[in-house]
Amino acid sequence: MAIESQEQSRAAARAEAREAAREAEARELQTWQGQVEELRGLVSDRALTGETLLLNMGPHHPSTHGVLRLLLELDGEEIVTCLPDIGYLHTGIEKNIESKTYEKAVTLTDRMDYLSPMSNNMVFCMAIEKLVELDVPPRAQAVRVICLELSRIASHLVWLGTHALDMGAMSVFLYGFRERERILDMFEMLSGQRMMGSYFRPGGLWRDITAEFGPALADFLEYMPPKVEDYELLLRNNPLWIDRTYGVGVVEPEQALAWGMSGPSLRGSGVNWDIRKAEPYSGYEQYEFNVPLGDHGDVYDRFMVRIEEMKESLSIIRQAWSKLPQGAFRSDNRKFVPPPRAELGQSMEAVIHHFKLWTEGFSVPDEEVYVAIESPRGEIGCYLHGTGGNTPRRVHFKTPSFMHISALGKMAEGHFIADLVGIIGSIDIVLGDSDR
Amino acid sequence: MGVVSSKLGNLGVVTTTLDTAVNWGRTGAMWPLLFGLACCAIEMMSTQASDYDLSRFGMELNRATPRQSDLMIVAGRVTRKMAPVVRQLYDQMAAPKWVISMGDCASCGGVYNNYAVVQGVDEIIPVDVYVAGCPPRPEQLIHGILTLHEKVKGDRIREWARPV
Repeated sequence: MAIESQEQSRAAARAEAREAAREAEARELQTWQGQVEELRGLVSDRALTGETLLLNMGPHHPSTHGVLRLLLELDGEEIVTCLPDIGYLHTGIEKNIESKTYEKAVTLTDRMDYLSPMSNNMVFCMAIEKLVELDVPPRAQAVRVICLELSRIASHLVWLGTHALDMGAMSVFLYGFRERERILDMFEMLSGQRMMGSYFRPGGLWRDITAEFGPALADFLEYMPPKVEDYELLLRNNPLWIDRTYGVGVVEPEQALAWGMSGPSLRGSGVNWDIRKAEPYSGYEQYEFNVPLGDHGDVYDRFMVRIEEMKESLSIIRQAWSKLPQGAFRSDNRKFVPPPRAELGQSMEAVIHHFKLWTEGFSVPDEEVYVAIESPRGEIGCYLHGTGGNTPRRVHFKTPSFMHISALGKMAEGHFIADLVGIIGSIDIVLGDSDR
Repeated sequence: MGVVSSKLGNLGVVTTTLDTAVNWGRTGAMWPLLFGLACCAIEMMSTQASDYDLSRFGMELNRATPRQSDLMIVAGRVTRKMAPVVRQLYDQMAAPKWVISMGDCASCGGVYNNYAVVQGVDEIIPVDVYVAGCPPRPEQLIHGILTLHEKVKGDRIREWARPV
């Protein structure tokens, strides 16, 4: 009797355990279905039944160039759907700027697109200058062009290094960073900081170019052209590189325009659109340069366009440096630009201006403006709405990386995972730029 | 480490404590996690690249997986959306593990005192060394790493069992 009841209780316990396991399984299935249900419409129906695999790539992944997360639906190794998820680097810079005076806000713009801080400074300063109708002296314009083109080269070097590294070519990374250090040294000579210089200020520059900058730049202009040739020779005819890039991530010109792509990624598709040519700013109309274009719109073409752009940038710097105008490095409009230090000891008015500008800042009318420039990644635009006071009502940046990430999903469809790495590299995204 | 060959003749014998030997091994091959968040990650890349050459300190081998790395360099601003990911990566690293908070944003939020940014990564994971700067120069990061090495050299085996 006792044995029987023991066996019965054991059987009951076993049945209970089986039931619990079944329930847990059902719960798990339900959760999974719930999670998948959220994706209905975003991924194909095959993913909902488990026929295709859902894979998470990033935000911690060495090839996503920052903290981009991609949700991939895979059929074998082939990508069926690619859903980018951004916002892992959303810093609230636009909101922060609303509580800063205009001069202070320049510092924040540095940290958006951290591979070319000068472009961000430039577009923000240009927006202010357009709104308050502030003229920039020719010398400042020319130095700005030199800095913008130097940062274009620096940015392309990081792009080239990481792009090639993703594809398995380590040496280009080491070469690229060697040359980049020389550019950063020059930025340090100008602004005192390697990366985040905040060198451009509304109305001109923070200070004039320093004595050691000239020789360093002349040296660099001698040193750099053969290096660019080297990168090209390393990769252009490299069979491995060609295998990985030819015909991968093709974007038709119409598609590229429809997706709002810009910069080298757009020009790789053969669309001749460069804001430096279309709507020249800061005296770009004085310099002669070509806009390199691709034919097929694949990863290889975008690579070649950027390599050619580095050569064009060097030519622009050479021209700007050879005819660098003399004169003031910032506007003498004392309502917007602080007076030089030497004036403070002599003029009471200068002291008042200095005090007002550094405590309260200058006022910008209650109007709105949009300006765009050609950053290394494409069109970066700044929408600025003043309040009539010393802080803006709203600042918004239209950034190229955001546009390119939105196009990434379509570009990746039908390719293998290994090609996705190349495609991400070829559109040269910076997550700080897209999330801000 | 005391070289006693001069006292005992040329025997090639080195005497040391286990603490010193283990810590010497740990500092000589500390593998950082290949993990970048924002601007500081670019300076971290510069530190590893040609001019600053982090491999001088046995650290050129960045592992992309937390399971194989000893050191996490939090390079950049940690946002509220990224914070759970950072914590998960830290949890996935095998002990012993160390954290360097690189730059002002990771150390204290930096200039971003707003809704989006975690005010210092030490709110979510323990930090060993803070490196100031926005972004810190490669020399500063190297100094931070060497400071961490000094800290590791002071570890005692008896204290290993303490709860983390």
